[in-house]
Amino acid sequence: MSALRVLRAEGLISVQDMGREGYLAQGLSRGGAMDRLALLEAAALLGAEAPLAGLEMAGAGGLFEVTRPMRIALTGAPMQADLDGAALRWNAAHPVLPGQKLRIGGAQTGSYGYLVPGGGLATPDWLSSRAAHLSIGIGARVETGLTLPCADEPAPDQPALGLPASQRFGGGTVRVMDGPQTALFSPEVIADFYETVFSRAPRGNRQGVQLDAQRRFAAREAAGLASDVIGPGDVQMTGEGVPYVLLAECQTIGGYPRIGTVIPADLPTIAQAPPGAQLRFIRLSPDQADALWRPEAEQLRTLRATCHPLIRDPSEMGDLLSYQLIGGVTSGDDLERS
Amino acid sequence: MSDAPMSDAPMSDAPMSDVGPISSPTPELLPAGADGVLVRFALSPDPVAMAAAQGFERALEEAPLAGVIEVAPALVSLLLRFDPVQMRRADLIATLRPMAERAAREAGHLPDPIRRWQIPAAFGGENGPELAPIARALGLNETTAVEQISKADLRVLAIGFFPGQPYLGLLPERWNLPRLPELVPSVPAGAVVVAVRQIVLFGAASATGWRQVARAHFRCFDPARTEPMPLRAGDAIRFVPVSAGELAALDTPDGMGGARLEHLA
Repeated sequence: MSALRVLRAEGLISVQDMGREGYLAQGLSRGGAMDRLALLEAAALLGAEAPLAGLEMAGAGGLFEVTRPMRIALTGAPMQADLDGAALRWNAAHPVLPGQKLRIGGAQTGSYGYLVPGGGLATPDWLSSRAAHLSIGIGARVETGLTLPCADEPAPDQPALGLPASQRFGGGTVRVMDGPQTALFSPEVIADFYETVFSRAPRGNRQGVQLDAQRRFAAREAAGLASDVIGPGDVQMTGEGVPYVLLAECQTIGGYPRIGTVIPADLPTIAQAPPGAQLRFIRLSPDQADALWRPEAEQLRTLRATCHPLIRDPSEMGDLLSYQLIGGVTSGDDLERS
Repeated sequence: MSDAPMSDAPMSDAPMSDVGPISSPTPELLPAGADGVLVRFALSPDPVAMAAAQGFERALEEAPLAGVIEVAPALVSLLLRFDPVQMRRADLIATLRPMAERAAREAGHLPDPIRRWQIPAAFGGENGPELAPIARALGLNETTAVEQISKADLRVLAIGFFPGQPYLGLLPERWNLPRLPELVPSVPAGAVVVAVRQIVLFGAASATGWRQVARAHFRCFDPARTEPMPLRAGDAIRFVPVSAGELAALDTPDGMGGARLEHLA
């Protein structure tokens, strides 16, 4: 079996996949990647039929190497990356050979970058998922010196592939559908909420993020409310009317009133917004939200069709002279194979 | 467990209302996120609505619906998650409405439990520092207070805030105790705490505004166990009073603390 070696861990790194579903009634939330789209993108870049487990890197990556040739997909928040000093494009999958050093620096924008090996990480699973859920003691932070097993990749010598860069890493507009408790808020408070430009507060973790604004958005009937089952995307108001958006590792039951729920398509924008990023909300009716819903399997198929071979920029090629650039016969993909 | 205030959300801020003459709650069926429908029998934790929610949960267990991925009960509501590829939200709501209305009409009595747990717990003393003051406040001696807890027909009303951690109820009406005005910084895993006619059996050491009357060595969450979260909503629970010494002997590696499960159906 091949493996990924963590020569140096710099950010808060954990193994994540799409989480464990079906345990809400037992008080366990799905967890999994904060930016699910990033794992779908990685799967598309690696030609995988389903999302694979990879490293979620909060803030920064580190230094890595592989024990066998494999491709590595880099998705989510763009981070400075190079292989033995040669810059690597983000949102792409690149072949990596044993002995080469893959360096991943800090996030240029956004919060969570992802590193996914071609066969997926093959770390131990619990309830059918390899995702760390640190707040309840499942899994552990990935530290310097760890060697993580990877499933073998069916075709490690595939050419490098890329996806167009995404714009979801610096805040923006986010669509929210009305939920079971929207009517607990006055029409004035709801109107205020949708007119306000929020700033992603420094306070946040895998359970959720706080949003800052001058205004407060208290519900009319918050006292005495029985708790409901809650989930990722719910926009909860504390007693003082401060909004929190719940994310991957939120609790399963909550007593604070919720003004609505961020639709899954826009949840990565919230999860990735770095502290200080501006966020605005657009109100959707449930019917409008339903019309926008796409199953993740369909999203993956669409992404696979969007992947394109990477053409290397000659200015970034340190080994330019080793290429046969003119004349002769080439197999046509020399540049991509490098 | 978390540094975010949202994790301190109380199960409810309301003292339980006295049960007046029983009138059927009107269920609401509401869109909840991209793949959810919430069936809600009341906004506040009203005992009749709780019984309706439990009856509805039982009905769904006995006749599972195609396209429904999971059913997660809270005190007076249930969240159903469905697969939008297989079914439309409006169709699911149309199917659920008569079932929810029936559960509301039949909310006068609790469904008979299918499983019952007997969980040993040591009451009072350092295992339950609040037992004596609560008994005094209720005008009971400690023995009677323990008897009222151990004889109550407790059910798992909901599981949440920590994996496997149950909210149990309801205790007799006189146990409609408010929470403490200030949080107790930490009670241990296995703490049996009371407030608002409910009991929580803590899964991990936790700060709480509820009042610790006993302690068990039953761990409601143990990831290494075949069943990491053994309790189910609707399970009947009886606390079996044991001495502090007997409890100490039940601190076994399996984390079951001497708990016994009977299948009643």
